[in-house]
Formats: sequence, structure tokens, C-alpha cells
Amino acid sequence: MAERLVALEDQILGGDADEDCDCKDGMFNGLSRRHVLAAGFAVAGGAMTTGRAMAEAPPGAIEYPVQPDPTKEQGRTILDDGGYGSRSQFENEVRWRYPTASLDSSWSMTPLAAGFGIITPSGLHFERHHGGIPTIDPETHELILHGMVDQPLRFTMGDLKRLPSVSRLHFIECSGNGLTEWVQPTLKTVQGTHGLTSTSEWTGVRLSTVLDMAGIQDGAAWILAEGADAAVMTRSVPIDKAMDDAILAYAQNGEALRPEQGYPLRLLLPGYEGNTHIKWLRRLEVSDRPFMTREETSKYTDLMPDGNARQFSLEMDAKSVITFPSGAMKLPRPGFYEITGLAWSGRGAITKVEVSADGGATWQEAALEGPVLPKCHTRFRLPWTWKGEEAVLQSRAMDDTGYTQPTLAKLVEVRGLKSVYHLNAIQSWHIAPDGEVTNVHA
Amino acid sequence: MSMRNFVLPIFCVASGGMAFAQTDSAARTVADLPAEIEETGERAPSPPPLSSADDGAPVDLATNQYGIGSPASEEQIAQIDIDVMPDGRGLPEGRGTYAEGETLYADRCLACHGENLEGVAELGAPKLVGGRDSLASDQPVKTVESYWPYASTLFDYVHRAMPMDSPGSLTPDEVYALSAYILGQSGITSDDADAVLNAESFAQVTMPNADGFVEDPRGRGQTE
Repeated sequence: MAERLVALEDQILGGDADEDCDCKDGMFNGLSRRHVLAAGFAVAGGAMTTGRAMAEAPPGAIEYPVQPDPTKEQGRTILDDGGYGSRSQFENEVRWRYPTASLDSSWSMTPLAAGFGIITPSGLHFERHHGGIPTIDPETHELILHGMVDQPLRFTMGDLKRLPSVSRLHFIECSGNGLTEWVQPTLKTVQGTHGLTSTSEWTGVRLSTVLDMAGIQDGAAWILAEGADAAVMTRSVPIDKAMDDAILAYAQNGEALRPEQGYPLRLLLPGYEGNTHIKWLRRLEVSDRPFMTREETSKYTDLMPDGNARQFSLEMDAKSVITFPSGAMKLPRPGFYEITGLAWSGRGAITKVEVSADGGATWQEAALEGPVLPKCHTRFRLPWTWKGEEAVLQSRAMDDTGYTQPTLAKLVEVRGLKSVYHLNAIQSWHIAPDGEVTNVHA
Repeated sequence: MSMRNFVLPIFCVASGGMAFAQTDSAARTVADLPAEIEETGERAPSPPPLSSADDGAPVDLATNQYGIGSPASEEQIAQIDIDVMPDGRGLPEGRGTYAEGETLYADRCLACHGENLEGVAELGAPKLVGGRDSLASDQPVKTVESYWPYASTLFDYVHRAMPMDSPGSLTPDEVYALSAYILGQSGITSDDADAVLNAESFAQVTMPNADGFVEDPRGRGQTE
């Protein structure tokens, strides 16, 4: 599976995966280790009468003895967790790493099917790293702002935390979200097809605050953001965006950023493709033109059928997906189910989500759960009675610019099959008479 | 020696006066738990973060003066200002030849990118050359040669992030040499052994796909 995906990804990304190589074995370290572990557990479990004795608490949980009757003895004592809580040992959702060949440059996906509401738990926020996750002491981290400004400035984390702050709920979506799904349904779950989007509450300083402090000079049009990771990741951002709603974020969901989200400082560009939200931010340079970095030329550009490539498609188009029911689930029996999912747009607020149970022939308006915020995941719900017949579930989102989420056919008609990024087509989940839910193109 | 390698110690010195800075010179590896307040046993809150600004820096909210943050000196900027732009701005002094690049490539790049710059998919290392005129076909091959619109991006990226096993370790001379080799192998610049790239000649290089990128033409609210 991993080899097949890597080969597919390589074809999609335009590399050459056709040549085989006997050095493949052992390349997929993360995956093979997990497979070995899983196999080991299965064997051990089968051989023992109490198979669960071999189990470990899931990541983020601590295993405590399960009490036969918790009303008949005291529970564990307070602060047993050291003062920072953990999740229940019976909750097991984890990010899943897409099996890229390199562990240093890879991505992990949010288990959207298990999510509730609109906030992604920080520990389940998707990741995309191009050079691993750096470990940075915030006491030594600084941000330098220079270029076409009257006064170049230097900020410690202490400085930034003393400046006026804002807190905003916003999604971040990688523009590669769904890249496996252009040609044919490939991954089976909504985590695999859509898991490169997550929502957090972000807190930090408005970028416009520090730009005003420095004084932008006439002719300034772009600003380079640079990270302090091994990729020294760089992207150019239009100055209008920087002055509009960009945030120098140091906090996520009420606490400091997680290391994999850019601790101690990341750029947040609400609604823009994920790669531009530079993590471990160390430098901002104001300029009169874009810097044409690797990630905005050779990557994150959409190759069109005529051989030209669209560049700087920065705002993520409106998109939605049904997270329940979704791929690789099985509805146990006919009856009532609440269809639910997420919708979001990089241009503004979601105004409407419609759901179809017949592959797009007829549509019903879903209820939007508040708050409905601009550039943020929006939860939708629709009551549904499944009669045990074949069905194809779809959702389509509309935003306040009048944009309607397109079908895959409509996207492919214009963009062809080689553009890799920015796939925001309507997703179809096929429900078989036996309740099996599968990823299909319909 | 990468520029980044000597940035950190300088920052440590700079932050010596900060509220949380360690008094000893050893870098800390973790945070201490919040201190206990003797009288009640409560955990002490974090002290308000100190600004790096001088004491008594003027505060005037109307003119965006918060008395917070410090001027960045030219030296501080130069230490981390490594980007290179399409018009050649940012290219450091230095030079390198195709032949030097060929030797360096074998030593630092070949293990991942392959003997013939063909890439090694299993390592996630992309193909660097070839693919010209393939972009409009059913099998587009996106390489430095066929796809990258600016040579500056090659210099910038190799200098900042390559090789994977020692990122940012190549000197400007080495990056000029590697660029001369990769661009020479691409037929974009000369593949004579003594063909030289330096800041001046580098800024003159025109890539085959320089005109291959367009702005997203879609209007507001327009699907495609």
C-alpha cells in the first residue's frame, strides 16, 4: 500500500517513479515499524487469554486500572497527571502519516471523521514539514523585520507577547489536500482524502501592528516570511494580505503553539494555503516584488493542460466534506442517522451547505451550526433516514462571495489532471445496501 | 560554515537581559515548573514578558510607538538575510565552475538525486534535469530544467536547505559551482569544465520556462 501510494504520489508530483529499485525495503521506516508492532500485538493478543494485557495506552493517554465499580472505591487522586491532563485511555484517534518516501519531509492528517464541532484538538492538527520539527527555546528566538521599511525591527518573544493581541478562529488547509483523488478514488477514509485541514483558535499580534511600527515604504508590495527550520521555509505574501488580517501567532487553542505548529511563532494568513503560514517564523522582509521561492514556483503551483501553471492561487476555495458517514465505515442497519460534516472557505464565511443522497440529482439544505465564522470550519448537519438502499452522499458549500463548490468533472474540465494542488471538488461517499461506505467518483 | 550556525549564540547574548534568561551560560533544555508561592503554596504566574526595548523607550500609541521591540542592526539582518531574488538581488560574492560542481555533486548530491540527476523516487529526491516541452503533455516532467522559472530559485534553495543530511552547509562558491553543473547539465548554461557562474553571470541566466507561469485568472466568486 505504501509503495503504491508513493509511486502514485510521485507520478502526480511529476517525478519519475517508474524505475524500480531493490533498495525499497526498509525505506518506509515509520510505516513498517507500525506494521511490525501491529502484527506483534495481534499475535500476542491471540496467544493470551487476556489479550488486552499487552495493550499500551494510546498516545496522549495514561493507562489507569479500570475499576470494576467506580461507585464503590475512590478514583485516582487529583494531579496524578502532574497537573497537565491527558485524554481517556479509551480514546485512540491519531494523526496518520502519509507514506512519503522521506520522514523529514512528510505530512500527517487530521482524523476528521472523529471530530466534533469545529475545533481541531491541537494534538490532532495536521502537519506538513519540509525539514522535520525543530526544537526552539523561545528565550533565544527572535523575529527580524527588514527590507522596505523605515526602521528595521527586532522582536523577542517577550516583545511580541507585550504588544496588542487578537484571538481568531481560522482553518488552515494544505493546498495538497486531496491530491491523491484527482484521477481516481484512492484513499479510503475522510482522513486520507481531506485530513489536511484543521481549525484552531490562534492568538498573536496582528502583522499590521509591527509593520506600522516599522513603517512600510512606498512601493512595498510583497513580504517574505522565513522559518527557522532545516528547510528555512520561505513564502512571499502580498502586502495587502499582511496588512489585512495576518497574525503573528504564538498561541493555539488557549496555550502556546505546539512545536509541530511552529513553536514559538508562526505566521497565520487566514484563508491562505497552508504552506504560506510559515512556522518557526524568524524573518520578514518587505519588498517590491515576490521572491519566487522554491515553494511558490516549483511547488504549490497548478500546472494547467496548456503547459502553463497558475501561480499564487493563495486563497483556498470553498469546500466541504461529509465526515459522517464517510469512507471505510459501515452503517450497521437501516434507520436514522445524522449526516454531518465540515465546510470552509478561504474567502469568507460559508453561507449555505447542501447535501445530496442521490449523487447530486437532488439537494437539501443542511443546518449550519453556529458560530459561522469567516475563514473557519463550519459544522453542518442534516437528519437522514437510510432505508437500506444504495445511496451516494455529497455536500456542496457556498460562501459569501457567491462561490459554489464545483464538481470534480467541472474542475478537471478546466485544470486537467496534472495540477496536483487546490482540489476542492464535491466529495462522494457511496453507501452500499449492506451499509458499506466507500470513496467514489460520482 | 552556515550563516545560521552562528546566529544562535549571538541571540543568546542578546537575550541575556530578558526576564526568563538563564544566568548561567548553559542553554536550558526544558522549562522549570512554575515557582511555588511560599505563603499559600500556589503556583506563581509567569512574570510579564520583558521587552527588549531600552528602559523608558517612548510610548505614543497614536504613532505606533509601544516602547517595545528594538531596532535591527545591519549586522543582525545580514546574519540571516540569505534570500536571492530573480533580478539577482541577494546573490553573494563568489564563483564556481562546472567541473567543481560535478565533483561536489558526486560528493554531496548524487546519493539522493542520482548519478544522472534523474532523482531517486524512493528517497523522495526529485529529478533535476530533462522534461523540457513535456509540460503540456499527459506525462509532464517537472524539473529545474523544465519547470523552474528562475535560476535564482535554484541558488536560493540549494543554499538554504540542501543537502538534506546537512542543510545550509554549502558555501556560496559551492552553490555557484553546483548551479553551474545543474544548469550546464540542463543545457541552459555551458557544460564546459571551466564554465563559471558568479553573481554577475548568474543574474543573466534565463530559464526555459520563464514565461510559463500565469496569475490565477479567476474573478471573485468565480468557480473556474
